[in-house]
Amino acid sequence: MSRIKKLFQEKKEDILNIYFTAGFPQLDSTEAVILSLEKAGADLIEVGMPYSDPLADGPTIQQSGQVALSNGMTLDILFSQIESTRQKTEIPLVLMGYFNQVMQYGEQQFFDRCREVGIDGLILPDLPIYEYETFYQDMIEQAGLDISFLITPQTSEERILKIDELTRGFLYMVSNSSITGAKKGISDKQVAYFNRINDMQLKNPRLIGFGISDNETFSTACQYANGAIIGSAYINTLKDSKDIRETTLEFVKMVRGESVKV
Amino acid sequence: MIAIDQKGYYGEFGGAFIPEMLYPNIEELREQYLAIMADDSFEKEFRQLLKDYVGRPSPLYLAERLSEHYQAYIYLKREDLNHTGAHKINNTVGQILMAERLGKKRIIAETGAGQHGVATATVCALKGIECIVYMGEIDIQRQAPNVARMKMLGAEVRPATSGSKTLKDATNEAIRDWINNPEDTHYIIGSVVGPHPYPDMVARFQSVISEEMLWQLKEHTGKEDPDVIIACVGGGSNAAGAYYHYLNKDQVRLVAVEAAGHGIHSGESAATSVLGTKGIIHGSRTLLMQTPDGQIVEPYSISAGLDYPGIGPMHAHLIASGRAEAVSITDDEALASAYFVSKKEGIIPALETAHAFSALDKIEYDSSDVIVVNLSGRGDKDLATFIKHYDRFHK
Repeated sequence: MSRIKKLFQEKKEDILNIYFTAGFPQLDSTEAVILSLEKAGADLIEVGMPYSDPLADGPTIQQSGQVALSNGMTLDILFSQIESTRQKTEIPLVLMGYFNQVMQYGEQQFFDRCREVGIDGLILPDLPIYEYETFYQDMIEQAGLDISFLITPQTSEERILKIDELTRGFLYMVSNSSITGAKKGISDKQVAYFNRINDMQLKNPRLIGFGISDNETFSTACQYANGAIIGSAYINTLKDSKDIRETTLEFVKMVRGESVKV
Repeated sequence: MIAIDQKGYYGEFGGAFIPEMLYPNIEELREQYLAIMADDSFEKEFRQLLKDYVGRPSPLYLAERLSEHYQAYIYLKREDLNHTGAHKINNTVGQILMAERLGKKRIIAETGAGQHGVATATVCALKGIECIVYMGEIDIQRQAPNVARMKMLGAEVRPATSGSKTLKDATNEAIRDWINNPEDTHYIIGSVVGPHPYPDMVARFQSVISEEMLWQLKEHTGKEDPDVIIACVGGGSNAAGAYYHYLNKDQVRLVAVEAAGHGIHSGESAATSVLGTKGIIHGSRTLLMQTPDGQIVEPYSISAGLDYPGIGPMHAHLIASGRAEAVSITDDEALASAYFVSKKEGIIPALETAHAFSALDKIEYDSSDVIVVNLSGRGDKDLATFIKHYDRFHK
């Protein structure tokens, strides 16, 4: 059984998925970030491949990607970092990035390499389900990777069912139509959307992302899904971090609502 | 046969590689654009505005002194005489009518040199619709007169401060705005780029150029078909319009002129068909300039309208299949043509269009050939550049 499926089988609620941009703040931060997140109590980690033109991302993630690229991050460097980090941890790792990077690497080579280094899942926000089904589903499934697709408040019921059928990891519920890091708090309208999806009895576990930044938003999201995803808020704390391990521990405690040492 | 399929592919190029957040907007447009365009009231209003507001048909002019110089029959399709000075307005008139019929209350657009931004601000003023134009911070400094025009027309110009702060990033910011405003906003893309159905929709709005060429050439020469059509290509909207009704007439040669900047292999170029590889930019699978690791490269050209790292998927297909031939022209070759054409014909072309004229020095043709150069825009906006380089070309 894949690490992602195992996680969702063993844990049904309060799942914390944290995103970070690989190569940020330093080129070689990847291992320290992953191991610190695991130690601090994250359940799942999204490793962002830095990209020159991240259409769905707000300024925080864009800037972290720029820093990572000027630090010299490439896919080959990232894969070897993951390969060595994977010797030290069993936490599920999901690679998140834009499809142009995959195409340029060579789709089959990319998926094979993911498998080889111990990546468990993929989030490719600009790979539409039509292209996925037509060209890539077999390749990705044969590589044993669990792909997650996004749904938004505007996604039709019919399309949600289709996306649920194609998803192998978890459904990424975008909390509000926006780019990442844009909005704070959770409104009544969003709660209505969460409830609507809840009632659909979908087969995949669901994580809510976009606008989740602290204990309040995390706890609210966890009432309506199996857990939540945090990206920009974590990147912001890493930006000023002197000690990745300590910063990460404090951040995860803050999100989980545990006492924070001052 | 050159055609686009149901899913928006020209051969292997095109499609709609967009995040799920954009899906409802793109899907709404995809489902409705053909029906709206086929509707009588749309067609009537579009044609009326092109005639009375834009000033169409644009003349097809036999350039006698150029013809004598090049020893061929050279015709100029005078898109420079349109309202706002370029072909861009054909598309923005079409798209503002589309936005109205889709019930949208707010328009966003991207712009590089400012020509598409001005054309969008113009039609928004015409219809009294809110208009926000994203423009790279660096382009805002380089193109102050067009920024002033947009403001005067009532548009808000928002600087794109991400990435390289030019056209590519202005486009990214416009797409992000659309993600953040999924319900009331229409995005008027300025070229035959972006996710399906944009490349096809923009090509259809620009196809009025070749539609007029058919009967104008017949009047002038007795035949609908020229031997050669030459157009410059950044994203490729003027070329798409000039080629459109000739795409499946294989006897008509299509020449696509790209900007080679300081030279194709100088590291400062925008010659996508030579330097580009297959990939995704702004939601479309096409040819683009990128690093071996899939990061999009910043292009360079003296002409802001050709300074784009990708190319519309239709053009990627035309070039890859051999239907169109690509020619690359450097900054200096284009400048030389701009000065030359100005003196020969009394027409100051836009820097983009000057690249198309330079192709006359590069391609082979017979003295009996009828060659149409699509004169996509006028050079007023480029005067500062022409003045700056004048002495170097007039020793």
